[in-house]
Amino acid sequence: MRLPRGRLGWNALGLALFAVMVFPVFWMLSTSLKNNDQINSFNPIWFPGHPTLNHFRDAIHRPAFWTDAKNSVIVVVATVVIALGLSFFAALALAKYRFTGRKLFIVLVIGIQMLPQAGLIIPLYVALAKHNQVNRLSGLILVYLTFALPFCVWTLRGFLLGIPKELEEAAMVDGSSRLGAFVRILLPLVAPGLVATSVFAFITSWNEFIFANTLLHDDQHRTITVWLSLLYGGNRFVDWGAIMAASTLIAIPVVIFFLLVQRRIAFGLTAGAVKA
Amino acid sequence: MLGAILGYPVYSLVRLSLQKYQLFELLQHHGVYVGLHNFGSVLHDSVFWHTLLRTVVFTAVNVGLTIVGGTLIALLLVRVSTWLRLLLTLGLVLVWAMPQVVAVQIWSWMTNSQNGVFNYILTELHVGNYFQHNWYETTFSQYSMVTTLIVWGALPFVAITVYAALSQVPHELVEAAQIDGARAWRVFKDVTLPVLMPLLLILTSLSIIWDFGAFTQPYLLIGPGQQVQSNYLMSTYLYVEGYGRTDFGRGAAISLLMLAIVAALSVVYVRQMLRVGEEQ
Repeated sequence: MRLPRGRLGWNALGLALFAVMVFPVFWMLSTSLKNNDQINSFNPIWFPGHPTLNHFRDAIHRPAFWTDAKNSVIVVVATVVIALGLSFFAALALAKYRFTGRKLFIVLVIGIQMLPQAGLIIPLYVALAKHNQVNRLSGLILVYLTFALPFCVWTLRGFLLGIPKELEEAAMVDGSSRLGAFVRILLPLVAPGLVATSVFAFITSWNEFIFANTLLHDDQHRTITVWLSLLYGGNRFVDWGAIMAASTLIAIPVVIFFLLVQRRIAFGLTAGAVKA
Repeated sequence: MLGAILGYPVYSLVRLSLQKYQLFELLQHHGVYVGLHNFGSVLHDSVFWHTLLRTVVFTAVNVGLTIVGGTLIALLLVRVSTWLRLLLTLGLVLVWAMPQVVAVQIWSWMTNSQNGVFNYILTELHVGNYFQHNWYETTFSQYSMVTTLIVWGALPFVAITVYAALSQVPHELVEAAQIDGARAWRVFKDVTLPVLMPLLLILTSLSIIWDFGAFTQPYLLIGPGQQVQSNYLMSTYLYVEGYGRTDFGRGAAISLLMLAIVAALSVVYVRQMLRVGEEQ
């Protein structure tokens, strides 16, 4: 098949763009698999000859890697579970029932997403210090909930609104209790929404740096993201192989989950602007 | 209850900004009311105004590059073959998924002065001799690296959402315009752009909010120990002044000013653009 006129030029441009955009990720992977001689070479070696897993082995044996990875898992799981539980009922209330202050609540939900996080370091730090929650994982979980809840409520509300009320009512007419209707009709329908929101909460709390860096002070309490940021120690004689290997390890879970829900996140952030 | 969780940080911020709240008060859990003193001291500090100007320019450059670049990529996505479109989308999503701290580490490695691949490529492309060039010497050079990092990370979201919106552009209209002999730029300006406008407005506002408050990338790429008066952004400024020097009242005042500016920037911009749209 002959390509339309001009298509060839666009394709060449597209390939060049692909190369430029993906290069940093490729460079991370490639570096993590090279030996130190190849990494320190003055003329870059594009592909690792004799790939080695030494840097990965080195990275996971660095001090505090496992402790901090465990901390991250605890914080992430707690945030996701609590955020999902609370936001599901809040979303249910927002979508199905009218109550006073409903408008104010929606404004708050959107407003808190618009606030630059750096602007909230100070009040949250002082508030947590007041209640002895600095340098504790529970304090960090509380902060993450503040940011995760609005988004979860908002997204879930969108999913719940999409469910016709008649479906729920029909189930109740058939003799199901309210709980029965909920479990058998509502739950399967919101399941995709629950998955999307929990993955979103997972990714944001796994990646979060500002608050974890401010609120946690020692190796025993850091999250893995802060641990990674501390691997950098100046410009000379830096162990780039281990840093790139650790970066790869930390990025992998995010990439996997992100691929699962990318479409829904994009839609959630701009809902209303694009009528799909 | 939810309302309390959400409203509390802002309430606490306002309260703190009116108090003297330093290490002593932190240990006492009790601030001393000082009225508008913190605001006065911040607004009379030339560092604040320089930082504000730097942050505005930084935000304008980053948002401009992100929105224009992302739109161009979306237009390119429409024109390439299907297999390449899938490949490009996959690449974009991969970049989008990169955690910020991971991206910072990649950038530190690519732009390090010893044997960074960035210097090598620039030298090979005959842009100049960048052998062992240190990008972190001047403020401008530091921020050119921070900008490449932020724009690289932000392009995928804009490109993919704009591409999705492009499918809304009526095909017949574009073809009719082309038959009438309209140039590509005019077709884009008069047919495509009006359809994209509502989305571009939202993306621009979001980008302003994100870039004005950018913290992780400038803080880590330039280096936690290298945050000084001559290279502050609003976020690093309030971090060092408020948290680093344990002057929380002053930090809260800066935070509040910053939040107010972000709110004003996005509201003014959106309203202005809407008015322009109605006049045309």
